[in-house]
Amino acid sequence: MLLNYSQPLELNKLTSRIDAALHAALPDYWAVTIELVLVGILIIATYALLAVVLIYVERKITAFFQARIGPNRVGKYGIFQTVADVTKILIKEIIHINRIDKFLFYTAPFFIIVASILTFGAIPFGQGLQAVDFNIGVLYVISVSSLGIIGVLLAGWSSNNKYSMIGAMRSGAQFVSYELSAGIALMTIVVLSGTMQLSTMVESQRYCWNIFNGHISALVAFVIYLISGHAETNRGPFDLPEAESELTAGYHTEYSGLQFGFFYLAEYLNMFIIASIGATVFLGGWMPLQIAGWESFNQLMWFIPSYLWFFGKVALLIFFSLWVRWSFPRLRIDQLLNLEWKYLLPINLVNLLVMVILVLTGLTLTDIFY
Amino acid sequence: MMIKEIIFYILALVITVFSIMAVNSRRLIRSATYLLFVLLATAGLYLLLDYHYLFAVQVAVYAGGIMVLFIFAILLTQKPGKNIRPEPLLQRVMAILLSSAGLIFCGIIIYQSVNRVYHYVEKVEIPVKEIGSTLMGTGKYEYILPFEAISIMLLACIVGAIMIARKR
Repeated sequence: MLLNYSQPLELNKLTSRIDAALHAALPDYWAVTIELVLVGILIIATYALLAVVLIYVERKITAFFQARIGPNRVGKYGIFQTVADVTKILIKEIIHINRIDKFLFYTAPFFIIVASILTFGAIPFGQGLQAVDFNIGVLYVISVSSLGIIGVLLAGWSSNNKYSMIGAMRSGAQFVSYELSAGIALMTIVVLSGTMQLSTMVESQRYCWNIFNGHISALVAFVIYLISGHAETNRGPFDLPEAESELTAGYHTEYSGLQFGFFYLAEYLNMFIIASIGATVFLGGWMPLQIAGWESFNQLMWFIPSYLWFFGKVALLIFFSLWVRWSFPRLRIDQLLNLEWKYLLPINLVNLLVMVILVLTGLTLTDIFY
Repeated sequence: MMIKEIIFYILALVITVFSIMAVNSRRLIRSATYLLFVLLATAGLYLLLDYHYLFAVQVAVYAGGIMVLFIFAILLTQKPGKNIRPEPLLQRVMAILLSSAGLIFCGIIIYQSVNRVYHYVEKVEIPVKEIGSTLMGTGKYEYILPFEAISIMLLACIVGAIMIARKR
């Protein structure tokens, strides 16, 4: 088959070869254990590496939005700036603070980072590059990502600091309300594609991405998902929990060194996770651009490895998120909650109903054209 | 099989230790955190049984919903660093006795009765579609009536909460 030769850069061949070699050399039990450890290490390494890249990209893009040059000293165009920063944060002293709740103070960053990594594991990065693929994929992502908010609340409380506390309260209110919207927006697409499993969802979008397949309803869901996903990551214009000008740094004011690094890392990676779930659910994930009937064109598209397609789509959404961040002023807390409860949620519920009607009456694009 | 047992014992240990710590802690918010660990370990047990749906629901509802509400309530009512006074000794002994009596009661019931009638279901990943149609179906062994009853009850709770919270 031509496709076998046309995908020289796909990683799933490498992974299946490693799998076969391990199973041939070792008993099943050890092979599985080693694979688990390998996958774990790979996920954490990718997680850290992506953070480094994302921070650089964000700083550079931010600089361009503000007509600055951005990092430009360490390496050509400052590409090693974040590497230097990460090294600095790793060797920084962790300042011990009196009169805090020690146990909760030191656990809080782990809650945030663990929730973030658990969600990260479910992302399908490419063909065969998915660590966790339950048949409840979307539900898993929603439920596991909700663990992070506990870290934020505990951090704010245990710091014994008014600014941290206010930041944590705001963050809690914001996260709980916007999680609802993000969840329902994703459920709209679950209705459309009839599955929750992320891999089948990607597979079903081969010729028609969900965002086109469900036309009006999917588009509305996409916009709502982007808004609420953006709010969930606590980034501007929804960055009230850490509003520098009012609260110094919000819930992580008292943290230093690597502990602060955890919060920072999780924030950037959450942006990535929101973008990649958005890309997977709405924009076809790692599936290359395919048009039904254009066989040679489709073959040509498969030459570009699937993970590049995935990262391309994600990069688009991340750029969009940065664009929004530097274009809008920060909302007030009442405006923020009004936006969610009085506008997004009702629209979302109606939208879900519309989607159900679209699917039941056969008005989705695939129903009409294929 | 071996590894599953080890994981089960670790989870069981976590559940036991953190349950005791949740009851014993002098700070309310720490109790809430320990309780969260217990609930997460329970979710881990569901994961061990390959019952992913219940795992996700347990994490979403307890960790994402109920624990956040607990912590919020504590944040709004307690001052940081304040300890709760320990209960008098007599009360604590009584509590220990009563809870052990409850444990023995439940244990005997489970050991004597449930143990005789249970059977292992075949361990397969239950598709979400099946869960959905069972939950919303009207046939035999399908549960739309309880589902709707619970939804009406929750609606009543929400209306009641709004009535109480409304400024007038």
